[in-house]
Amino acid sequence: MDVLLLSRLQFALATFFHFLFVPLTLGLSVLLAYMEWKYVKTGDKEYLRMVKFWGRLFVINFAIGIVTGITLEFQFGTNWSRYSEYVGDIFGSLLAIEATVAFFVESTFIGVWIFGWKRLSKKMHAWCITIVAIASNVSAYWILAANAWMQHPVGYTIRNGRAELTDFLAVITQKGAIMAFMHTVSAAFILAGFFVMGVSAYHLLKKQHISFFTRSFSIALTFALVFSIFEVVQGHFNGNMIAEIQPAKLAAADAHWETQTNAPQALFVIPDEKNERNLVELIKIPGMLSMLAFNNPNAEVKGLLDFPRDERPPVLITFVAFRTMVGLGFLFPMLTIIGFLIRKKLREYPLYLKVMLFAIPLPYIAIELGWTVAEVGRQPWIVYGIMKTADAVSPIALSQVVTSFFGFLVLYTVLGIANFTLLVKLARKGPDILEGVTEKREVTV
Amino acid sequence: METIWFVLWGVLWAAYFVLDGYDLGAGVLMPFIARDEADRKKIYNAIGPFWDGNEVWLIVAGGVTFAAFPGTYATMFSALYSVLMLILFALILRGAGLALREEAEKQSHRAFWDWFFIIGSFIAALLLGVAFANFFKGIPIDAEGIFHGNLFTLLNPYGLAGGLLFLTFFLTHGAIWLTFKTEGELHDKAMNYAGRLWVILVVLSVIFLIATAFATDIYRNYLNSPVLFVLPLLAVAGLLLTGIYIKQVDWKKAWFASAGYFFFVTLFGVVGMYPALLPSSLNPAFSRTIHNSASSPLTLKIMLVVALIFVPLAIIYQAWAYKVFSGKVGGEHSGYHEGV
Ligand code: HDD
Ligand code: HEM
Ligand code: HEM
Repeated sequence: MDVLLLSRLQFALATFFHFLFVPLTLGLSVLLAYMEWKYVKTGDKEYLRMVKFWGRLFVINFAIGIVTGITLEFQFGTNWSRYSEYVGDIFGSLLAIEATVAFFVESTFIGVWIFGWKRLSKKMHAWCITIVAIASNVSAYWILAANAWMQHPVGYTIRNGRAELTDFLAVITQKGAIMAFMHTVSAAFILAGFFVMGVSAYHLLKKQHISFFTRSFSIALTFALVFSIFEVVQGHFNGNMIAEIQPAKLAAADAHWETQTNAPQALFVIPDEKNERNLVELIKIPGMLSMLAFNNPNAEVKGLLDFPRDERPPVLITFVAFRTMVGLGFLFPMLTIIGFLIRKKLREYPLYLKVMLFAIPLPYIAIELGWTVAEVGRQPWIVYGIMKTADAVSPIALSQVVTSFFGFLVLYTVLGIANFTLLVKLARKGPDILEGVTEKREVTV
Repeated sequence: METIWFVLWGVLWAAYFVLDGYDLGAGVLMPFIARDEADRKKIYNAIGPFWDGNEVWLIVAGGVTFAAFPGTYATMFSALYSVLMLILFALILRGAGLALREEAEKQSHRAFWDWFFIIGSFIAALLLGVAFANFFKGIPIDAEGIFHGNLFTLLNPYGLAGGLLFLTFFLTHGAIWLTFKTEGELHDKAMNYAGRLWVILVVLSVIFLIATAFATDIYRNYLNSPVLFVLPLLAVAGLLLTGIYIKQVDWKKAWFASAGYFFFVTLFGVVGMYPALLPSSLNPAFSRTIHNSASSPLTLKIMLVVALIFVPLAIIYQAWAYKVFSGKVGGEHSGYHEGV
């Protein structure tokens, strides 16, 4: 164990954990805003109860999202100080802008939304969650732009022994940032949709709160349907982009060893990293990989063998993560399309409802695997092509990182267990968690 | 430009201490003044809508350090690795405690999360002070920014004095806030504490000012340009006014006065470090200063535009949020627990 390896593990632990909560925040805030505006427009109390029930789950998730985010903000300084110093001119400003532009708004209005039921008009209250939804998604753009810059640095020059900004617009409008934003946010919307559908399916299976959960289900279904189809199409363009800017990542994601034109894609592959080949390749489709990467069956796709060994990402992890994500990427539209076809008589298909209940973890898995592709596939670079991860780590004592790593491990285990048991408990109780009927406490316009 | 950013940097940290200070302080005070569940609930409600917004000032202060002075950001947080990690863990504990206690049904579970909140608040309050006092004093970093010391290097007498000063200020500030926001027995208890804590705060401030003369170089800038003495004078005025308003039981004014006091205490220390942001105690040439750690002029310019637009905006809507929740709090659950 050395400082580098432990710092990487610690960073991975902290980001993965943070990202268990982020996507639900991004997606559910939008659904909540929709439900609350429906309530304002129609006056139908059921929508209000929906806002309160799903909102309560949202609030718990949100809080853990916040506390795990704060540690990330500072880890660049604690564990990656060489990196921070080298690229802070660009990367640091994106983080700072995220905080000033988005976190201030988000944190202020979520407070008002949670505590302001009796103090605001209905409309004002609905605006609060709308603003939270917008600000969360805006915050995602800035952090993803920062990440995209690490994946594909632009608008900079190396001066004074570090990367200095030359073109701000190029940094914040680069294709990678826009693509990553679309891909990640849609992924988050899919996840939130599946979350709401899964919980609703549970209650529909138990035949309780039928109207409440049928409605919740169908709102989430429409949402997830749209974005899961979008995700497949958009993911394909993501792949095109990677082929262009990070050929080593693409080659690793497909376990593609030899540079070839008309490169085939095998449906079943077992990579053998040590011997630089694939142990098994079954059902090859000629030209398919060239087609997927460059939209042209005759295009040349660079293989891993053409990269020096020390510039190749770990193949097996990247490959498995990518395959699984894409597999799930095709499953989600199938599930939502089936749901759409039977949407009018959901309760006659308990098997489908059961599947949807057990599908709740799948988007979580897809999302974490997606990040694995993006981040592990970027190795050994921390900033693609200009700085290696090994040169980025802080000059700190091993004992410090050992201690903090185990600190995180223990703390996050406790938090993770507490959070998810709580969510499960509340979700199972359903809208009964809202105390009695108290008409008079109703907000007035 | 670097100097403007230096001042802004100080102001952001000062704003953070003043804002998050009262809710951290309220957390530490809780076991002393809350008698029962209803009292605890009131304390949570008194800070509930605000604590997250306050904490974002920390994120912004940290983010701005990263953006404007990446060299300082890198050295500061890697040199203070252990202290910062403890502060972060503490902030996680208290945030999680705040959020999860609301949902706990059993009293014992609630008590468990309450202790997360209390201990987290305490550690964060104390260590923020230890960290800042050490900045004023200088820390053993070499030319490479490598730290020659350990956690105990930072727990020196001056560092600990700083920790106590911060803790006491947060407690006083929190007690004033709770007095302002609550009624009944809780109000009376908080009021008692505010009065007594203020006295301790005066004593500690005097000790700290004197110790600063011996332990740090902070006064050098002040002796070079004496007009700067207006900063510590304003701090003293704030402290005295706090005492006066406490006597007059005018809690709103007392809160603003104590906010002013600590705002200027922070600026007093920060300005004393100028042009360093992170003085080295080994050799002044190793210090991280506005000259050797700042971002490029372009980045500083862009960030200045962003800050000048969005920070005032943030102040405006945060002020609006305070207005929405003006008045005393009760012990009820927040709204999303209620049926319709
Ligand atoms: C703004 C930048 C940024 C963003 C948005 C993310 N990461 Fe990242 N990631 C980094 C910046 C970074 C980093 C600082 O650059 C690391 C640390 C070491 C390294 O090589 O890259 C890193 C490493 C890193 C590693 C370790 C890779 C390795 O060392 O082999 C994993 C597994 C992740 N990240 C996962 C994630 C996840 C799950 C994210 C979703 C939130 C995420 N990253 C977002
Ligand atoms: C590794 C880099 C990251 C850093 C440094 C970071 C930093 C932070 C910080 C400091 C917070 C707390 C804000 C508060 O108190 O309100 C936070 C929360 C949040 N972050 Fe991250 N974050 C990272 C990755 C991401 C990514 C990639 C996304 C989105 C795609 C994201 C989206 C969010 C959202 C939506 C929140 C709101 C709280 C919640 O999710 O419950 N973060 N993050
Ligand atoms: C068939 C469908 C899909 C394709 C072709 C695809 C393609 C890709 C590619 C090429 C990347 C790497 C981008 C990079 O390294 O910058 C990526 C990343 C990612 N994927 Fe997918 N994906 C698909 C489905 C999904 C689904 C269903 C989810 C989650 C619900 C998901 C979540 C992610 C995430 C979170 C990332 C990392 C963020 C990013 O770099 O954009 N993907 N995907």
